[in-house]
Amino acid sequence: MSTTPKTAAKQGFDPIALLLEGRAFFALIAIIVVFSLLSPHYFSLANFLVMASHVAIYGILAIGMLLVILNGGIDLSVGSTLGLAGCIAGFLMQGVQIEAAGVILYPPVWAVVVLTCVAGALVGFVNGALVAWFKVPAFVASLGVMYVARGVALLMTNGLTFNNLGGKAELGNLGFNWLGFNRLGGVPIGVLVLATLAILAGLMLSRTAFGRWLYASGGNARAAELSGVPVKRVQITVYVLSGICAAIAGLVLSSQLTSAGPTAGTTYELTAIAAVVIGGAALTGGRGTIRGTMLGAFVIGFLSDGLVIIGVSSYWQTVFTGAVIVLAVLLNSIQYKPRAKATA
Amino acid sequence: MTAAPVLSARNIAKSYGNIHALKGVNFDIHQGQVTTLFGENGAGKSTLMKILSGVVQPTSGEIVLDGAPVTFANSTDARNRGISIIHQELSLALNMNVRDNIFMGREIMTRSGVDFAEEERQTRALMAELEEDIDPLTPVEELRLGQQQIVEIARALSVNSRILIMDEPTSALSATEVEVLFKVIRDLTARGVSIVYISHHLEEALQITNHAVVLRDGAMTAYAERGAIDLEWIVRNMVGENFDLGSPPGGYTMGPTALSIENLSVPDAAGVGFSVVDRLSLSVRAGEIVCIYGLMGAGRTELLECVAGRLAPSGGRVLLQGQDVSGLTIAQRIAKGLVLVPEDRQRDGLVQTMTVGQNLSLASIGAFTKGLFTSRRAEAAVVADAIRTVTVKTDASGAAPIGSLSGGNQQKVVIGKMLATKPSVIVLDEPSRGIDIGAKAEVFRLLAEGAKQGLAVVYSTSEVGECLSIAHRIIVMHRGRISAEFDHTVAKEKIMAASGEAVSH
Repeated sequence: MSTTPKTAAKQGFDPIALLLEGRAFFALIAIIVVFSLLSPHYFSLANFLVMASHVAIYGILAIGMLLVILNGGIDLSVGSTLGLAGCIAGFLMQGVQIEAAGVILYPPVWAVVVLTCVAGALVGFVNGALVAWFKVPAFVASLGVMYVARGVALLMTNGLTFNNLGGKAELGNLGFNWLGFNRLGGVPIGVLVLATLAILAGLMLSRTAFGRWLYASGGNARAAELSGVPVKRVQITVYVLSGICAAIAGLVLSSQLTSAGPTAGTTYELTAIAAVVIGGAALTGGRGTIRGTMLGAFVIGFLSDGLVIIGVSSYWQTVFTGAVIVLAVLLNSIQYKPRAKATA
Repeated sequence: MTAAPVLSARNIAKSYGNIHALKGVNFDIHQGQVTTLFGENGAGKSTLMKILSGVVQPTSGEIVLDGAPVTFANSTDARNRGISIIHQELSLALNMNVRDNIFMGREIMTRSGVDFAEEERQTRALMAELEEDIDPLTPVEELRLGQQQIVEIARALSVNSRILIMDEPTSALSATEVEVLFKVIRDLTARGVSIVYISHHLEEALQITNHAVVLRDGAMTAYAERGAIDLEWIVRNMVGENFDLGSPPGGYTMGPTALSIENLSVPDAAGVGFSVVDRLSLSVRAGEIVCIYGLMGAGRTELLECVAGRLAPSGGRVLLQGQDVSGLTIAQRIAKGLVLVPEDRQRDGLVQTMTVGQNLSLASIGAFTKGLFTSRRAEAAVVADAIRTVTVKTDASGAAPIGSLSGGNQQKVVIGKMLATKPSVIVLDEPSRGIDIGAKAEVFRLLAEGAKQGLAVVYSTSEVGECLSIAHRIIVMHRGRISAEFDHTVAKEKIMAASGEAVSH
């Protein structure tokens, strides 16, 4: 039997396919156009940068979430990990008292950042180990870790918030603000962090062996394993990377706010999932791109900020966000509907 | 023996796009008789069954039921007219009991809810009718496969089916269970139920059938009554007159032992104690082609998966060029030159979300990764080379989605993927499953060429004809052990006898 000509349609110009392919992009354009017409304040560089710095938090979480979803998993713990990471950073910035030596250690900001990321990686590792080695369904494993991480954050702070993360010059730990609060060439650092992470993750997905392994094991783990892909290692790694992304998002958020509360990031995991889904990734794994996920994050961010700017109540914002997610999933199922089986 | 047919297919054709799965098939089903459909994988048997049972609609042609043309809107419609199908994969809810399975979806209701007592009574009556001692309250998962099949039959009978279509009903049954099933079939036909039977076990089907319909490439090639035919007639009509799957490659000297299996045992997946592969030893030389023949459940798949590293052995060793690889992972074995082409290419062979090229290069990513990044140019070279080697019908860039290929070309992609790793030993589990005869010949030609260049090839099959093609040596497996070993001049009957396939009459 010869090859079926199903691919022929793709090569020709097909406006519907193009709309479907680029739906997140067109949605973003539509959002920008509509809100620019509705409000004179929307279409300005300053506003875009402010909105982008809001998007940064969700976007960074969504990058990690995309990796996990490409693997066919889900990570519900990222919101809690974000909160926990903020608290760890806050805890370290306040100084670590070592009773035996009778001194208080003030680690420099770079050490705070590294330690926080290590903590995030550890949380991710727990997720990955539960899923890959102990065969706990990803939904349940990360749901459990979500509660544990949130609980640990509350225990660490006794439910209170770390304020004044600015550090003191005499203690040598100035500079925490720099991460989220400051700007570089007018662009908020958080946005630059997002862009850097997105480029790195994009390169990893498209140009490295690991990226190929990830797509393969998400598409068909059994086939990948028989082709020599270290399926379990890939699985654990994506959760670790997701944990690190959550920790970075936690650092950026607490720097933006110059405070770290234990309840920060509650339900952010759902926003991250939404961004990934709007970006066209399949929850069954194996399909999705960084570009799509970034568009998805910006669609959600620009939509909700736009609604705030034109003064729509936050209740309506929730309704709109939900509708956009459902619409996105609907379009996903149209795009990925099973093709007619090729009869052998 | 001939009366008016209960059901007739008149010029049934079915096309999917420009693939013609069926091209005008005609045959009759007679009351109280067994009609068997013979044909290789991909000949169109399942499509025909789906049409007769209302699952799909024919593109043209008509179905005549009791002398009047009918169209079935869906399978429920067909069932209401007395036509039921029992699929190869049983459609029972394993967690529920026999009674609930039989009445699933059409529970007997009273005002106060489901009338379990009545359902149970009817189930008992059905089981008595089938002379099977199965308690209606037993969970189906506790039944043996043969008994589960009986439950499926009981469910079909409970809706007063007059025509029962059975798709490979014996493929997973033990010999005694097959006997029981055949007895049930004889009882059913005696009561006037017509059976349409599909099986790959030709001898088995010949025992039970009254009529034979042979399909090849979507067309009916022969139709005859049991009295007029024999095994050879079926095989001839199934594969065509002048069909040649090749012969063992020669004209070169084989190298030293490449793969050596020593006393290998593989435990049963369910962990019930006995071994599915039992202290098996086998060695294969470089350039040699070995065929492993055996029935389903003989332990072929387990043996090959254990050699490749997917299953852990409970004893014994696997040596590659004299080096023990037993403790290595799949990836390490691939790196050392030992690769597996799995049996189920959809489940284990292909990543459906990726392109043809990405599938082809999946196992040899290391070869085109320089430093941190993969090299696009090196990958394109690997892909183009693989497409050329295994002659996949697709464009050379491999950008087409894998799902757009036919079964035979998909299989070539799986083989090409493993050949791209430059192996010294390739084991293939049923490489000819579900591909058409032309692709089959191409796959075998590919293997023969590999062997000429020093590749050690081991492939398994459940079709005797495929043993007697390119293999230098034929190993017959039965219950986890080697029951016989032949060279390629052996007669088919001897191979079948050694596999335990020859059923006494």
